[in-house]
Amino acid sequence: MTYHVLSLLVEDKPGLLTRVAGLFARRGFNIRSLAVGTTEIEGLSRITVVVEVEGLPLEQITKQLNKLINVLKIVELDAASSVQREHLLVKVRVDNTTRSQILEAANLFRARVVDVATDSLVIEVTGDTAKVEALLRVLEPYGVKEIAQSGLVAIGRGSKSISERVLKN
Amino acid sequence: MTTESTPVTAPSAPAPKASARPEKSSAEPPMLTGSGAILASLEKLGVTDVFGLPGGAIMPFYDELMASTAIRHILVRHEQGAGHAAEGYAAASGRLGVCIATSGPGATNLVTAIADAHMDSVPLLAITGQVFSTSMGTDAFQEVDITGITMPITKHSFLVTDPADVPGVIAAAVHIATTGRPGPVLVDVTKDAQQKSAPFIWPPKVDLPGYRPVTKAHGKQIQAAAQLIVEARKPVLYVGGGVVRSGASRELLAFAEKTGAPVVTTLMARGAFPDSHRQNLGMPGMHGTVPAVLALQESDLLIALGSRFDDRVTGKVSEFAPGAKVIHIDIDPAEIGKIRHADVPIVGDAREVLLDLLPAFEAVAAQQKPDTTDWWKRLETLRVQYPLGYVDDPDDGLLAPQAVIEAIGKLSGPEAVYAAGVGQHQMWAAQFIEYERPGAWLNSGGAGTMGYAVPAAMGAKVAQPDRLVWAIDGDGCFQMTNQELATCTINDIPIKVAIINNSSLGMVRQWQTLFYDGRHSFTDLETGSTRAGEETRMVPDFVKLAEAYGALGIRVTQPEEVEPAITLAMQTNDRPVVIDFIVSRDAMVWPMVPQGVGNSSVQYARDHAPVWDEE
Repeated sequence: MTYHVLSLLVEDKPGLLTRVAGLFARRGFNIRSLAVGTTEIEGLSRITVVVEVEGLPLEQITKQLNKLINVLKIVELDAASSVQREHLLVKVRVDNTTRSQILEAANLFRARVVDVATDSLVIEVTGDTAKVEALLRVLEPYGVKEIAQSGLVAIGRGSKSISERVLKN
Repeated sequence: MTTESTPVTAPSAPAPKASARPEKSSAEPPMLTGSGAILASLEKLGVTDVFGLPGGAIMPFYDELMASTAIRHILVRHEQGAGHAAEGYAAASGRLGVCIATSGPGATNLVTAIADAHMDSVPLLAITGQVFSTSMGTDAFQEVDITGITMPITKHSFLVTDPADVPGVIAAAVHIATTGRPGPVLVDVTKDAQQKSAPFIWPPKVDLPGYRPVTKAHGKQIQAAAQLIVEARKPVLYVGGGVVRSGASRELLAFAEKTGAPVVTTLMARGAFPDSHRQNLGMPGMHGTVPAVLALQESDLLIALGSRFDDRVTGKVSEFAPGAKVIHIDIDPAEIGKIRHADVPIVGDAREVLLDLLPAFEAVAAQQKPDTTDWWKRLETLRVQYPLGYVDDPDDGLLAPQAVIEAIGKLSGPEAVYAAGVGQHQMWAAQFIEYERPGAWLNSGGAGTMGYAVPAAMGAKVAQPDRLVWAIDGDGCFQMTNQELATCTINDIPIKVAIINNSSLGMVRQWQTLFYDGRHSFTDLETGSTRAGEETRMVPDFVKLAEAYGALGIRVTQPEEVEPAITLAMQTNDRPVVIDFIVSRDAMVWPMVPQGVGNSSVQYARDHAPVWDEE
C-alpha cells in the first residue's frame, strides 16, 4: 500500500470537513488518517490527510479537492522534505515483573509515562509513523488495553510557508 | 484578502417593500429583510425569470416576490419541474436559470434537477427556504439538511442564517454558477434570516480566494498543440458540451475549416457545429454514426474540446482510439487526464483557447503543410457505406418513430428548440434532427433524467418566447413530469409535446431484446398499441390528458397524418399542444456499440458490423 501526505489549507467554514471527507469517499480514495487544526491566519484551517493510493492517480484527487470552493491550497509533503509527526497514547497492562521492562522500552523510544495504576500504564509518544508503529510492536506482547492515536500532522522543512501568497492575488 | 465584486447589471431595484426606516442620506444603505435582500440581489444581478413553488419556510421571500415587477415568477406544479425548467431556460439561452423551493420535501424535489445540472454543467441557482435557525438540528417540521444533501451534486452550497450575509452569498452563488465550468449552486436561507433585517449593501464584497478558474491557456501548450495538429494524418475534433457552454461555435467553425479536420459532436454538443457542414461526421458514442465512431477509433490525434471522455462515448476505455495522441482542452483541470492521458493538456475556456490556437496553427502550417487527404478518403467511404437510416415501415404496421422525429425536425427547422427526454426517442432526436446552432438541442446527457423534456421545454420557451419549442418525449418520460402542462397552459407558455408513444420503456426494452433473451421484464406501459389495430388499455389516454390540462391533444396513427398534425401544432399558439404518435415498439436505436466492449465492435444494425478490411 502506498500512502501520500496531503496538506490542505482551507477556509474555516461550516461543513468543510464533510465536503473534504465526502469527496474522498465518493471518488474511491481511502483516508488513513486525518488531522484538522487552526493556522497562523485567522479563518484558515489546515487539514493533513494521509491517503491510500492504489491504482488511482493522486493527481485526480488533488484536482477534485481544488474544485472545492473553500480549499485554498493543496501541497503534497514527502518524508524527505517535511517533518511528519503523530501522537499516540497507549494503555499497557503491567504487573510487578513487566513494569520495569516496559519503562525501559518507553525510555528507549523517548516516550513518557503519563498515568500509572497498579495494573496498567499510559504511555505517550510522538514521532513519525514508523516510530509509533515500532513502539506498539514492542508493547504488544505485554498486553495493549487501549490506544488513542492522533492523525499525522506534517510541515515542510525550510523557511517557506504553505500560506504564502494564498490570499494575495 | 482579495475582493472580486460581481458587476451590477440592473441598478433599478424598486423601492424596497420592507424598508424599516426612511433613508437618511444617500450614503446610508437601506434596511431590508433577508427576503427583500434576496429579491433585490436577484434583480441587481439581472435575473428576470424564476421558477418555483412556495411553502412554509420560503413564505417571507414569496411575500416580497409578489411585489416584484422586474422578476417574473412561474408557479410550477412540482419542484422538479422548476429545476428542469430553470435548466432548459439556461441551456437554451446561456443565461442563469433560477429555481425556488421551500424546505424539506420542496428542497429534496429539486435534487434530481440539481444533479442533472451538475452532470451537464448547467448554470443553475437553487434557492431554498430552511426552518428557523433556532430549530435546525431538532428534526423540525419540513427540516432537511439540503446543503449537506447537495454537497456532492453542486459546485457549492451555502447556508444563510444572517440577513446581512444575503447579498454577498447571492452574488457569490451567481458568480460560481456562471463562471469557469458552469454548474448548480444552492443557497439555503433560514426563515429567520428571511424575516430579520439588515443593511442592504450593493455591490457586496465577494470573497472567494479558493475559486479562480483559469480561462486563458498556457502559450507553450498552445504551441505544442499546433505542432501536433499540423503533424497529424488522422486528426479528429472531438467536440463536447463545453463548446456550447462557452459559446465557442463561431471560433470552432473557423478553426475546423482552417485545419480541415473532421468534427464529431457528442450528445451534449449537437448543434455546436452545423450538421449541414461537410466536415461534420455526426455524433460519436454508443449510438453514434459509424463514421463518427470509427473516426475516433482510427484517429492518430484527438483534439478533445470541452468533452470529457464519457463512457457512452469511449466504450471500453482501454480499447478506445488506441493509436491516437490526445490534446485535451477543458476549463476544468480535473477532467484532463481523468479517463484518458492527455499528451497536451490545455486548461482554458474553449473559446479563448480556439482564438489562441488558430493563429498558432496557421503559423506552423505555413512551414509544414498538414495532409489529411487519405484520411478524408477513408471517412467518405464510411459515410457513403454507413449512413444513418431506419426501417420506415415496421412489420407491426405502426409508425416508424424515427420518421416522426425526422418530420418534426424538417418542418420546424434549425431555429426551433428541441428538448428530449431520455431513452430511444432521445437518441433518435439526436440522430434524425439536423442541428445548426448551439442551444437548439436540450437534453439530459450525463444524468439521463427521464422527465426532463416537458419542464425543460417550458423553461426554454420562457427564455425564448419567439422560438418554436418542442418537447420530444417518450410515453414513460412524459408520465413523470407532464403536470407542468398545467403550468404551461395557465402561464401562456405554448410548447409542443411530441410523445413518441411506443407503449413501453423503450430503451430498456431494446436492451432486454438484445441482451436478456427478449425477456421484457416490466417495460410494458400500456399506453399505445402492440400492432396496427391492436390497442393496449391506453392508460392514460394522452389525448384526454392533454385536454384535461387545457392543451390541444392530437392522436396520430397513420403516416399521412404525421405532417398535418405537426403543422397544426406549429400553428396553434394559444395553448400547449400534445401529439400522441402511436409508434412501433420494436423499433431499435442503431448503430449501437454494446456496453463493455470497444468501439470497433460498433454494429450498424442488428448483427451487422462494418466490414473491416474493406478500404
